[in-house]
Amino acid sequence: MKSIAELEAIRKRAQEGVKLRSEKGGVRVVVGMATCGIAAGARPVMMAFVEEINKRELKNVVITQTGCIGACRLEPMVEVYQGEEKITYVKLTAEDARKIVAEHLVNGRVVKECTIGAYEK
Amino acid sequence: MDLYRSHVLVCGGTGCASSESGRIIDNFNELLIEHGLDKEVKIVKTGCFGLCEAGPVVVVYPEGAFYSMIKVSDVPTIVEEHLLKGRIVTDLLYKDHTTSETMNSIDEVGFYKKQRRVALRNCGVINPESIEEYIAFDGYQALGNVLTEMSPNQVIDIVKRSGLRGRGGGGFPTGTKWEFTQKAVGDLKYVACNADEGDPGAFMDRSVLEGDPHAIVEAMAIAGYAVGASKGFVYVRAEYPIAVKRLQIAIDQAKENGLLGEDIFGTGFNFDMEIRLGAGAFVCGEETALIASIEGKRGMPRVRPPFPAVKGIFDKPTLLNNVETFANIPQIILKGAEWFASIGTEKSKGTKVFALAGKINNTGLLEIPMGTTLREAIYDVGGGIPNGKAFKAVQTGGPSGGCIPAEYLDTPIDYDNLIALGSMMGSGGMIVLDEDNCMVDVARFFLDFTEEESCGKCTPCREGTKRMHELLDKIVDGKGTMDDVAKLETLAKTIKGASLCGLGQTAPNPVLSTLKYFRHEYEAHVLDHKCPAGVCSALLQYLVVPDLCKKCGICAAKCPVNCISGVKGKEVYLIDQDKCIKCGACMDACPFKAIKKG
Repeated sequence: MKSIAELEAIRKRAQEGVKLRSEKGGVRVVVGMATCGIAAGARPVMMAFVEEINKRELKNVVITQTGCIGACRLEPMVEVYQGEEKITYVKLTAEDARKIVAEHLVNGRVVKECTIGAYEK
Repeated sequence: MDLYRSHVLVCGGTGCASSESGRIIDNFNELLIEHGLDKEVKIVKTGCFGLCEAGPVVVVYPEGAFYSMIKVSDVPTIVEEHLLKGRIVTDLLYKDHTTSETMNSIDEVGFYKKQRRVALRNCGVINPESIEEYIAFDGYQALGNVLTEMSPNQVIDIVKRSGLRGRGGGGFPTGTKWEFTQKAVGDLKYVACNADEGDPGAFMDRSVLEGDPHAIVEAMAIAGYAVGASKGFVYVRAEYPIAVKRLQIAIDQAKENGLLGEDIFGTGFNFDMEIRLGAGAFVCGEETALIASIEGKRGMPRVRPPFPAVKGIFDKPTLLNNVETFANIPQIILKGAEWFASIGTEKSKGTKVFALAGKINNTGLLEIPMGTTLREAIYDVGGGIPNGKAFKAVQTGGPSGGCIPAEYLDTPIDYDNLIALGSMMGSGGMIVLDEDNCMVDVARFFLDFTEEESCGKCTPCREGTKRMHELLDKIVDGKGTMDDVAKLETLAKTIKGASLCGLGQTAPNPVLSTLKYFRHEYEAHVLDHKCPAGVCSALLQYLVVPDLCKKCGICAAKCPVNCISGVKGKEVYLIDQDKCIKCGACMDACPFKAIKKG
């Protein structure tokens, strides 16, 4: 180690790897992963979220799973919690997931066409 | 570093490792691959979480779900339910002893609420075998700051102003020790870390080395810079294999990354360190004996002065600090002397790690601010005494400490208060005793230990501990006289005053403190030939209560020496007191509680 800058670079990189253990609050992306969700293809959707969020180095976002939300016909379903607000996305594909990360999580614009409201109209 | 959506932290400390946490980790890894989760979920082996009672401990992030007492057979459930389907397995979560409530998250557990973790901050949080994780939690920043921005005098000044005192037991001001070593004249100087943790039941140093070994490497390098040393030794007992392994990994990683070795951070400062293994002799925790052992000589203390700061390892000025003392250093540098001095009491700053054991619900490791009362430590953090028994005393400081009775439970814990009560901080052992413990027997237990561990160099300790032990044996056997009690007290005071090193000077403390606070128990053994707690077998009798006996014969069947006679269904059973070995098997076996101890 020849300089403080070098240490700082390692620290920045390494912090990404451990942020899960220290961060509280922020945005929660909850993927429905009961049998219905998995059968409808929730796993590739979740992996797309994981990859995209990591690629963009988004801080303060955690991805968790949940059981059956009850609307099995709309799976794969994902709910995004931000403060008091909750957005429910339905019938997602991996492509949709990447779009949600870019639009909703980064730019703060809800991807209307994927929400439960748009689908049920 | 790869990124994962979930981290599963499994305790790899000695406690949990001995209840198969290694196999639990292997099983997790196998099942993750089987379910195709190995790219999403990461298994991390950490150091001790502190709540050893609940071990093996598994914590799943981001939820912080706190699973306790996990068996290998529970792993598939956690993988299939929690990791695959996202449903927390409520049945396996930790339950609070006092409230019986299930705790979802590690942040809610009462055991951790009153704690303040400085020395243990990374234990149970990081993977101790990964330098990246240590760096992610601000590791080696303090070393960087010290080397590039501070002079050795400034470093010593911060440590002095922080008010940190030696955590190995002596309580000597750390900054002053650093200053002495810095000012000592010598062509070569050494920094040494005392990890020869010998008190029965104390394991804070082991846990720091197992859970956060890089903190010790960093702190020793800082100390080396401050006192002008370029070589460090860690003296650790060989019976701590996990601690030794992880510390060696940490030293190797630090060398690979240029954080040990030559020209660290391009400042021209050189520092290297190595581990010296001890064979586990208690006396080698004494600083001069430890130094002799590092030099390859027999571990025996010598007269001080000269102190190690002047004449230490190979007669060179040596700075010797305890593991926990070092573990505080990087935090003091990063957060400042004022921050550290704001925690604790007027004369004892910062936090202290205690190993809680004995009759206590939450057996384990806790770190609390100095000045926390014994009651808070035992009841709020420790969860109180199991099975509704009454508290009798708390033994602090291990074989060098004393027993503190219930009336002093509200004493704030610091170095000076504990000494005033006839005990000491020691390295931080805290053994809780309840109504079933006989204080004479407890004193005898510790004397047994110190007699065995006495190195034999000075007569007061070598002969004195043996004679004290004999007198205690006599009292416990019901053959003692009040003259023996008086002799015991005189002997104890003489040994305390005349011994060469800390071992002998403190060995009489368990006897003196029990004589001070529990003299009535000694008197009961001598005058009434009774052991009030029902522990000392020579003074015990097991008797069948004729009115309660249902003549079933279960007791006679259980008796290992066939000393219970009677006729099934017809005669009340009778115990032959001459043959009885007082094992208590009959009392445990009797379904009608017809056998009493008296």
